[in-house]
Amino acid sequence: MIAVIDYGIGNLRSAYKALIAVGANARLIDDPSHLKDPAGIVIPGVGSFGAAVNAFRTRGFEAKVRGLIESGTPTLGICVGMQMLYEGSSESEDSEGLGLLEGKVERLPDGVRLPQMQWNRLNIARFGSSALFEDVQEESWVYFVHSYAAPVGVSTTASCDYGGEFSAAVGIANLYGVQFHPEKSSTVGLKILSNFSKICGSTAIPNGGLLWK
Amino acid sequence: MEVIRIIPCLDVAKGRVVKGVNFEGLRDAGDPVELAKYYDRQGADEIVFLDITASHENRGTMVELVSKCADEVFIPLTVGGGVTSVEAARALLRAGADKVSLNTAAILNPNLISEMMNEFGSQCVVVAIDAKRDPEGNFFVYTHGGRNKTELNALSWAEEVVSRGAGELLVTSMDRDGTKEGFDLLLTRGIADRVNVPVIASGGVGSTQDFLIGALESKATGLLAASVFHYGEISVGEVKRVLVANGVATRPEP
Repeated sequence: MIAVIDYGIGNLRSAYKALIAVGANARLIDDPSHLKDPAGIVIPGVGSFGAAVNAFRTRGFEAKVRGLIESGTPTLGICVGMQMLYEGSSESEDSEGLGLLEGKVERLPDGVRLPQMQWNRLNIARFGSSALFEDVQEESWVYFVHSYAAPVGVSTTASCDYGGEFSAAVGIANLYGVQFHPEKSSTVGLKILSNFSKICGSTAIPNGGLLWK
Repeated sequence: MEVIRIIPCLDVAKGRVVKGVNFEGLRDAGDPVELAKYYDRQGADEIVFLDITASHENRGTMVELVSKCADEVFIPLTVGGGVTSVEAARALLRAGADKVSLNTAAILNPNLISEMMNEFGSQCVVVAIDAKRDPEGNFFVYTHGGRNKTELNALSWAEEVVSRGAGELLVTSMDRDGTKEGFDLLLTRGIADRVNVPVIASGGVGSTQDFLIGALESKATGLLAASVFHYGEISVGEVKRVLVANGVATRPEP
């Protein structure tokens, strides 16, 4: 079972529905005590960094999800759900991120309309291969909605350009994140979710000790 | 790089598409979900559902429709028409809408814009502006589907709603709506120059050329149309081919 974390904000159901559409055994989980040994975890997210991470914590998900990630459960953060994996964001200076990925999320550069609310192309090839992008072509179009993004770093598996280059996807051991919305990216997005489902199905990652720290 | 989005708009009443449609290969041309799927296959970048009855009784039908659509259509979905509260917006977002569009409600209660922004983030909040020129060439905002004139200047109103938290503007030219004379470039440029959020241009499209001119000159990054798509006069795929052939950045047809 892939647990889609429902921590009460915005449109979280689309990610769940898209997983169902690709044949995954997905379930919306709104109570951390129901997180019993899932095959995978999806952390969706919309709205501001602070509101999202605070809601995630207030609902008591942090310790449980962190534990599962560290013990090797494949986990995919989507949009703000990916941003939450970092140490923080300049959008909400008072709110700490989960700190599973090194660095801080920053505002997209001036000179372009914000939010970026459009389809844009992924650069995948030069970041090596990620299981998330198996059979996904270079320069595939996916849908973004965001004003903040993580810089390109060691864990980047895809980048995108909007006023400058940023991390469109990250992957390190069993931890994955996508800044775009695969659940809103038509066939390409469904392929990526299907890949994640496959990662969860064939999971044999011994531990999460490969996270950045 | 800013990328042009092509957005079919579906008018919905009691859960059915109201403008006549006549496509081959659709099981039920009046079913909004079937149509949304059809446009998705052609490469539509987003879908807008407009609840034209906008009545309280219809709310449940709309939530149900959005939920069904989100089961099968995996591109962004905006819902507008008659949303007057954070709770109504929440129900639509939880059902699977990505954005909620406010029109008359934003004018009657501008605080609703910031309330929605605080609750869901500005990326969920679209403000629709229906504008019409007066004899001096000033654009004024109309409410209630274009029936009532307000004293609001469309350009200043655009700035105000963005300062209150709107993440996107849907700008309809009432002068051009239904004329097939092309987008009102003066209106969309005037607004797009004053705000830094994405702007969707609506009203007046009659040909693929109108889309191309809109993409090159309106400063809007979203181009919306209804009847030319529904009556099969132009397909989304055709629009995409013309834009790509002319070097416009847009997701090509699948």
